[in-house]
Amino acid sequence: MNIDLIFRIAAIGILVSVLNALLNKSGREEQAMMTTIAGLVVVLLMIVKEIAHLFDTVKTLFQL
Amino acid sequence: MEIFQIVGLGVVATILAIVIKAHRPEIAIQISLLTGIIILVVILGKISAVVDLLNSYAQKVNIDLIYFSTLLKIIGIAYIAEFGAEVCRDAGEGAIASKVELAGKVIIILLAVPIITSLLDLIISILP
Repeated sequence: MNIDLIFRIAAIGILVSVLNALLNKSGREEQAMMTTIAGLVVVLLMIVKEIAHLFDTVKTLFQL
Repeated sequence: MEIFQIVGLGVVATILAIVIKAHRPEIAIQISLLTGIIILVVILGKISAVVDLLNSYAQKVNIDLIYFSTLLKIIGIAYIAEFGAEVCRDAGEGAIASKVELAGKVIIILLAVPIITSLLDLIISILP
């Protein structure tokens, strides 16, 4: 059971928001936007793997 | 006991999601989604024991396998449809959630049609 995944994603979220605020303060709005999107993509990739795992489990269990 | 771990995990993940919701709402939703997935995977592990038990009884009482497997399929579809609908509703998208639920209901009805027809045939054969 990969509970650490939750904490990893929370860490990424906090990191991205801090980085975003930092970049916005220093006047680089577009870099801030880029980091936000990059963080989102990384988190999405992790989540999609977990969703696929859940759906496979349900498929095998309920003979779908 | 498993339940303590699950409840602890749920509470911690909720707090994390709230912390992040202020700054990055899209990542907060993904945290709640991921927590739901992890808890479901644990629960499905337990449900599989019950399903195997029911399967063995179904064979013993030689109930027609089609009915039992359709029943399992319907339960699975309802399970996943509810999971998706709740995630969408949690994110604030009520319209998408209701569409997902509607799709789930339609698919379940489609699966139930053969059972309904066999039931009706049975009733007709019983009537004088």
